[in-house]
Amino acid sequence: MELLEIFTSAGIWGAVLRIATPLIFGTLGALICERAGVLNLGIEGIMTFGAMIGWLTVFNGGDLWVGLLAAAAFGAVFGLLHAGMTVTLGLSQHVTGLGITLFASSLSYFIFRLAVPLASSPPTIEPFQPLVIPYLSALPFFGDALFNQTAPTYLAILLAVILAYVLFRTPLGLAVRMTGENPHGAEAQGVNPIAVRIGAVMVGSALMAVGGAFLTLSAFNSFFPTMVQGRGWVCIALVVFASWRPGRALLGALLFALFDAYQLRLQAVLGKAVPYQLFLMVPYVLSIIALIVTARRARVPQALMQPYRRGER
Amino acid sequence: MTTHPVLRLTGITKRFGTTLANDAISINLAPGEVLALLGENGAGKTTLMSILFGHYTPDAGTVEVAGVQLPPGKPRAAIRAGVGMVHQHFSLAANLTVLDNVMTGTESLWRLKSSTGAARAKLLSIAERFGLKVNPDARVGDLSVGEQQRVEILKALYNDAKILILDEPTAVLTNLEAETLFATLRVMAQSGLSLIFISHKLNEVMAAADRVVVLRGGKVVAERMASATSKAELAELMVGRRVARPVREAAVPGTVLLEAIDLDVGRRLSGINFAVHAGETLGIIGVSGNGQTTLGHLVSGLARHTGGELRLFGQPINHTSVRSLIEAGIGRVPEDRNEEGAIGEMAIWENAVLERIWEFSRHGLVDRHAARQFATKIIDGFDVRGGTPDSRTRLLSGGNMQKLILGRNLQNRSRILVAAQPTRGLDEGAIAAVHTRILEARRAGTGVLLISEDLDEVISLADRIQAIVKGRLSPPIPAEQADARMLGLMMAGDWPQDGKFAHAS
Repeated sequence: MELLEIFTSAGIWGAVLRIATPLIFGTLGALICERAGVLNLGIEGIMTFGAMIGWLTVFNGGDLWVGLLAAAAFGAVFGLLHAGMTVTLGLSQHVTGLGITLFASSLSYFIFRLAVPLASSPPTIEPFQPLVIPYLSALPFFGDALFNQTAPTYLAILLAVILAYVLFRTPLGLAVRMTGENPHGAEAQGVNPIAVRIGAVMVGSALMAVGGAFLTLSAFNSFFPTMVQGRGWVCIALVVFASWRPGRALLGALLFALFDAYQLRLQAVLGKAVPYQLFLMVPYVLSIIALIVTARRARVPQALMQPYRRGER
Repeated sequence: MTTHPVLRLTGITKRFGTTLANDAISINLAPGEVLALLGENGAGKTTLMSILFGHYTPDAGTVEVAGVQLPPGKPRAAIRAGVGMVHQHFSLAANLTVLDNVMTGTESLWRLKSSTGAARAKLLSIAERFGLKVNPDARVGDLSVGEQQRVEILKALYNDAKILILDEPTAVLTNLEAETLFATLRVMAQSGLSLIFISHKLNEVMAAADRVVVLRGGKVVAERMASATSKAELAELMVGRRVARPVREAAVPGTVLLEAIDLDVGRRLSGINFAVHAGETLGIIGVSGNGQTTLGHLVSGLARHTGGELRLFGQPINHTSVRSLIEAGIGRVPEDRNEEGAIGEMAIWENAVLERIWEFSRHGLVDRHAARQFATKIIDGFDVRGGTPDSRTRLLSGGNMQKLILGRNLQNRSRILVAAQPTRGLDEGAIAAVHTRILEARRAGTGVLLISEDLDEVISLADRIQAIVKGRLSPPIPAEQADARMLGLMMAGDWPQDGKFAHAS
């Protein structure tokens, strides 16, 4: 059966990790923001900007890691913008987030055009190379399936573990969770909910931008304005799927990537008989089904999308 | 009290705009003392406690804890000095565990690991010491309201509070939970904590406090030892005039308006029987959580019976909907007036007509003029104070909101009135007003179904009484035969299984 044989090749599992990486960064970023009570729909634009600025840094002679750091820094700046409007001023989080997505996407293309003249084929950089891990990378099947990735992929997985620890095992994580649940309660116990929210949105946005930068610095080697392709929105859905837990966010991103990798290979197998657009839908349809199954039990942070104003109930 | 006071408020004055919320209030609190701050809504109790806790800055006056003056407007300083506050609206996070809620803010944010083990041990030892049983790993949202309040208290004790302030602690509790709470407060006082609780309920003040300070219009009007005063005296001091709840006269029951025969609603109500006659009040007494909410929903059209028969005016009805019941003449005073009774953000006139909006529609548009007139009639006729037809309903006090809800039901003389916990959380003056209206409606021929957990209320209003226990109803007894002891037994589920009391009708 050809349809199932796909899963026995090492290639698909390697592809799953590759496809999942930007989603893991983005989902963890959105998760941090939402745990503190702020929905960040700026994610799509922030990822685009991260992709652009990371690429541009490297294109201008910067190191690949400097490119990632630049993306994180600019992501944090957009986070500060989002937080300034939604936390400090208490404006609508939806409207602000969508505004930031539009703004950051357009600004990315604008800066890209200023920096790089129009050419028939976009200029390229030398991206991250797979990190060879002694022994592990040489394993039969598993070496190719799991240990043939670039450094940012391993970083993304490590980050999920770190974030889970911080959220559930440290006073800082507790302060973030309390702020997302009941900022009045947090304040009454001496936690400053405004500061927590601004910090969380900045850190979360930085991660989103790193997720975008992965696209230009590892997955591809050039930038084009439409390359994020709705990955940000997928991350927002994955946060719900994950019920606001980093471990499940990792799982959700991998699952979505598996659907995506599968449909790509399915196109090759059945491509002549069925229009490929139908396959493009597969991961989204399966995601919606997964959402329906899991999200009903999700525990939404109680103060999500509620602006906090001192002294008001 | 010869001991040095742990807390001394001196000359506290606070103005909001032109209103004087606190007028030169001075209060002392001795170690191990339980002080009740008694006053009607708006007497300035909560303002005073907010000043003590540092939420507000007073215009004049000082707060001293154990002889040291607190800086005004600094909650952190109050917490550090050992003042703990249990708010009326809990500041808990529903999705977090009890331990998480208690620990928030108690450690430096930048520590690499929470000392959960030590915190758990401390929490359990406090819980043990004061008999506040709690599971540290339970999700707060899964706890009952009474348990949530326990967490709120534990939070304060965890921060080493020496003085505990409870703002209307029983407002959200069932009677049973309230009794447990007061027992706990006793234990806490005996172990040296000083307590202030804010209340407008005379029963609990008499039962739980050592000393009572009565506030009225922002001033201390009296101070009494609980042992040297009476409910009647306190009521008069609090309201400033004599208030008496109205007295029920004998009923002249008419035809049966609403009748349930062996009725089931899922598993929440099973095999219940009751009959509401015109011109009488049937009281359903019971501890909260025994099916009252479902019963209220059933007769309001929000739940359907799954077995047995429900008869309205002698006709069996199967498909109850909210609209059909309203059109049939059932007036409803829901249990939770803020959630189900009124929409706070909407205008008074909108709330007045919403449940019968079809009567105020012309050509598919709302007839605002008629609706406002209707609202004005209710405001005048039922003495709703504090708003015009166009003001937001949220701004009304609980008592006035309840008068609005009663008014919209009784204005057109509903044939049946379902009143669920109609005076929960209201102050003495408002209770008297609500009771008067219910008795008036009954006298005019309305059949009243009163669902309440307040023994005094049921005894004074109802003609016949049934107890609700675990989704079952006892047979009715005439109010003349009922006393607190007998009702207590009934509420515990102790009634003859043959379904007959001596003179049951």
